[in-house]
Amino acid sequence: MKEFRIQPIKNGTVIDHIDSGKALKVIKIMGIDENVTSVVSVIMHVPSSKKDFKDIVKVEDRELNPKELKKIALIAPNATINIIRDYEVAKKTKVKPPEKVSGIVRCANPNCITNARTSMETFEPVEPEFTVESTKPLRLRCVYCERELENPEEHLI
Amino acid sequence: MHMLKMKDRDVVSIGDFTVEEIEGIMDYASEMVPIAKGEKKSKVLDGKILSTLFFEPSTRTRLSFESAMLRLGGGVLGFAEPSATSAKKGETLADTIRMAEAYSDVIVLRHPREGAARLAAKFSSKPVINAGDGAGQHPTQTLLDLFTIKSEKGKIGGINVNLMGDLKYGRTVHSLAHALAMFGADLTFTAPKELQMPEHVVKNVKSLGVKPKIESSLEKSISAADVVYVTRIQKERFPDLAEYEKVAGAYRIDMDVLEKAKKDMIIMHPLPRVTEIAPEVDSTPHAKYFTQAFNGVPVRMALLSLVLEVRE
Repeated sequence: MKEFRIQPIKNGTVIDHIDSGKALKVIKIMGIDENVTSVVSVIMHVPSSKKDFKDIVKVEDRELNPKELKKIALIAPNATINIIRDYEVAKKTKVKPPEKVSGIVRCANPNCITNARTSMETFEPVEPEFTVESTKPLRLRCVYCERELENPEEHLI
Repeated sequence: MHMLKMKDRDVVSIGDFTVEEIEGIMDYASEMVPIAKGEKKSKVLDGKILSTLFFEPSTRTRLSFESAMLRLGGGVLGFAEPSATSAKKGETLADTIRMAEAYSDVIVLRHPREGAARLAAKFSSKPVINAGDGAGQHPTQTLLDLFTIKSEKGKIGGINVNLMGDLKYGRTVHSLAHALAMFGADLTFTAPKELQMPEHVVKNVKSLGVKPKIESSLEKSISAADVVYVTRIQKERFPDLAEYEKVAGAYRIDMDVLEKAKKDMIIMHPLPRVTEIAPEVDSTPHAKYFTQAFNGVPVRMALLSLVLEVRE
């Protein structure tokens, strides 16, 4: 099952072992939209040796920044990141599910202090912060209002 | 002499404290009672200043903090509602806190938003005490509730505490249930179905090893209770007045209900009460809600002394 009928990429990033069904979320995190300028391959629901099924995302001429990495670790805690240079895997890393999540997810509680706007429409000078109660399923708790965040994936900043 | 070390500690959430620490605070609070009553004088907080920042009105909490500070010889500054402050001009809470930090030694904060006290604690090197953050935590209320049960009943573990009324929206009962479970109290939640304890609180209590009884009839549950903790059922929770009146009537403590209660059962209420406890109950030995309100003073005295590390 190594043949996916998708061309290998010359330079770029292959994100492998994404939880099945989450590839489109990864694409969104990377900001890939209708203005895309490089080749992007999305492979969903392929049999995997590690798990039953997985998704893969390949993006030409693009590497991930640390914030994107953090977000991907959150929604796809088993993902591996392969940096491809000249058709070779130059670097392979496994994402690390974080213990604390800061600045990448917003609290869903509208009355949380992190969502408060002053009368001048400014926010409090803090980043939303969460403790990770479990990664599978992903459960986050706001450090400020102490509420559990339901569907954290829907609240990525 | 107490071994409890709480210098510069923030008091944001009851969950930040261990059973041993809460025991230590309660022991210290009971030593404060004669000073709180004005029978004994103290100057331990002489020269210290408390800021009371109340972005939302709360008479009882604010006055008891101020009383606690003044009884220990300290001074108080602050505001009782935000309209006259620079919050109006768009100042962030973080900036207001930095200012209060510069002007005082300890900060008490009441704010309409959840998480405000945790944020304040982050920006202040001086200790911050949460006096209620929106629908979130109100740890000093929980401490004074525990203190009241302990001083009236001698212990908390094994005591049958019946929380009744609006258990869904009443914020005090959520952290109280958690704290009581930490101490191993027997819990009964008596409420109409639509106002029962939220599932996450029930789960949390169970994770602490307590299996609460869920009950809808006060008549059934009152006889086993050592403590009945009454909360107010608010009109706004019901779509029509008739439904509200029916429910409110079924969760009201009066002389008839008391006939089924243990002789030494005590009634507590975070106050203000409206109609949920009949006035004639006030003169029975069951009524402890005014003692409970007074207990706010020694408990807050103990906390202020502990976080400022001065000893009586």
